Amino acid sequence: MYRETEIIKEPSGNDPVDSGDMIINIGPQHPATHGVLHLVITLNGETIKKVEPHLGYIHRSIEKMCESLSYRQFIYITSRMDYLSSHINNHGCALCVEKALQLEVPPRAQVVRVLMDELTRIASHTLWWGAMAMDVGALTPFFLAFREREMINDIMEETCGARLTMNYTVPGGVMVDLHPEFQRKVKDFIAHFKSKIDEYDELVTDNVIFKNRTVNVGLISKEDAISYGVTGPSARASGVSCDIRKLYPYAVYDKLQFEEIIETAGDSFARYVVRMKEMRQSLSIVEQLIDNIPEGDFQAKTKAVLKLPKGEFYTRVETARGEFGVYIVSEGGTTPYRIKFRSPGFSNLSALDHIARGSKIGDLVAIMGTLDFVIPDIDR
Amino acid sequence: MNNEQIKIAIADLLPSAIIEESSEWLTIHIESVDWLPLAEKLRNTAELYFDYLFCLTCVDWKSHLTMVYHLTSTFHRHTLVVKSKLDRDDARIETVTMIWRTAEFHEREVYELFGVNFLHHPDLRLLILPDGWEGKYPLRKDFEDPVNIIKL
Amino acid sequence: MVDSSKISGEIPKIPPWKQDHGTAEFPGEVYNTPGGGILLSKLDNVINWARSNSLWPLVFGTSCCAIEMMSTASAKYDWSRFGFEVARATPRQADVIIIAGTIVNKMAPVLKRLYDQMGDPKYVIAMGACATSGGPFFYNTYSVVKGADHIIPVDVYIAGCPPRPEALLHAMITLQEKIRKGLTREQIRMPKPEQGFK
Repeated sequence: MYRETEIIKEPSGNDPVDSGDMIINIGPQHPATHGVLHLVITLNGETIKKVEPHLGYIHRSIEKMCESLSYRQFIYITSRMDYLSSHINNHGCALCVEKALQLEVPPRAQVVRVLMDELTRIASHTLWWGAMAMDVGALTPFFLAFREREMINDIMEETCGARLTMNYTVPGGVMVDLHPEFQRKVKDFIAHFKSKIDEYDELVTDNVIFKNRTVNVGLISKEDAISYGVTGPSARASGVSCDIRKLYPYAVYDKLQFEEIIETAGDSFARYVVRMKEMRQSLSIVEQLIDNIPEGDFQAKTKAVLKLPKGEFYTRVETARGEFGVYIVSEGGTTPYRIKFRSPGFSNLSALDHIARGSKIGDLVAIMGTLDFVIPDIDR
Repeated sequence: MNNEQIKIAIADLLPSAIIEESSEWLTIHIESVDWLPLAEKLRNTAELYFDYLFCLTCVDWKSHLTMVYHLTSTFHRHTLVVKSKLDRDDARIETVTMIWRTAEFHEREVYELFGVNFLHHPDLRLLILPDGWEGKYPLRKDFEDPVNIIKL
Repeated sequence: MVDSSKISGEIPKIPPWKQDHGTAEFPGEVYNTPGGGILLSKLDNVINWARSNSLWPLVFGTSCCAIEMMSTASAKYDWSRFGFEVARATPRQADVIIIAGTIVNKMAPVLKRLYDQMGDPKYVIAMGACATSGGPFFYNTYSVVKGADHIIPVDVYIAGCPPRPEALLHAMITLQEKIRKGLTREQIRMPKPEQGFK
């Protein structure tokens, strides 16, 4: 069953290949690809002519597997898909099941879910910042980023029981109630993080070398971003207004005050600036909510075994990478008939070829860093 | 535009489309041969202007396959779902890669997992599955794998 | 059956994972003689001590466990205290491969090729439930290899989904002790009574 991998020597597809072109393989095991991504690049000197991603090195057949899991069990597999925004993925799945059952979630559970969402988003952007700076060449931000992430991981561990893949959402609410120290710890974190974000800006954003590597590199226009289906911070940097929290609000987002960050330049530096500003917005959302957690139930009463009515249901949430959609087709049983996860990375990756043509091979790493891929999210 | 106006516009463009409103968005059922002209008109008509294809998938009902396309307009903010029935043994439909560029990867994935042949696709081959899996369509309901899959 | 007359050494009352191991002592004794000290020790012990204290891991993370591996590498749970400072990207310069994440059918030949490219002596740590036995993806998946030891021989297994950084550090220390004992992989697997269960 296991045979030798083939080293790709010719590109496939219909683009013409000159005799002076060179084909190189990057990955699947490579420190800069954020997971297992295999790129076959056609180069002419140092200029890229074509980038072809080969996926599937972490394809775990999640959609087929979910057809045999019950409606309470399949939520936790989505934690392992985009593991940096695992709570937001779980939230999306639970919203879909609740929409189908027409279940009302108590206000306390909704506020707790949004708090955990925004903390997860800050953790994901922090790790993105550290990894991206390491790709571009700066090694110090990696350690600084993990210092803040450890504070969030401690809060998550005391509340949910796990650091990375927290299985905290159930259809109907959250699994356990908050512990009494939660508010104090989150407030300590907010106070600490506010000073650190300014430090991050000083360290990397205003750096001359960083700006030379990212300004005017990897441009994508607004129409192309919509046509390729790019969502999330990568699209908002090209001027597309696509924040699901503003357009189709879910949970308590319609009662909160926050801005949607839009830049128009469309290059790597704009994508970077959008994410840095989003971290500040998430922090302000956490500040608004942490003093106003309503009392009450943390979980609505549901039956032990859930059966969805016949039909199809689609929900979308805004993860740290873009729009995550859950499409459930149900035939009335205890397991779904077909589940499709619309993952943000899949569409963002299809735009990589278009973005990277014509730039140099050294810019490819900066482009991939700002597009922020998590490969298990793409392969599912 | 709200649902009523979209229904009138669709009825003008394609009178044979069957419109239903049972789920949260307006759904139309069309024949697979009508898909490409309708898609072009949906994208290019100014009042409709569906420029964002956000989900492209296939569902295997045991007697036939159904392609499902979710479209929305970033300008007018309305959503439409297009469905098309395909024959199980000879599943073919036109590609929409030239209209919405995101369809290129999504259609490759549906090709390898369900076996739907997309006509005039620029590069139709395996994307996620390893080599040697052409012809086995894992997400179909009659996929047999006695080692790994336990039938409930 | 165990023949207690052939067991050498005593059975410890405190289990080994609760004992205080302290720092690794340099193996050997120094005798003071006029003109300078002489060091007496077996060469094997010295070599094993040196090998275990500077294992270089290979950067190989496929999915979620890779994030916990990166956390272990960073400042709070530092793995460079134990000698794992230099994480190499190329298998030719690495000693230990930490398989962090699920292995699927398409990735299996890549893993085998990386393992073959590493130079002897090489060790393998299977981190997390997915690398140990397929993990949460055991049932009803057509593309997951149910355990990395179907492909390459594994020395240490770590449980958890994902395991805590302390668990990964414990596994690394266990691997170091295994190397210091000096037996080859086959000898470690099968404890032989005539060797005294060392």
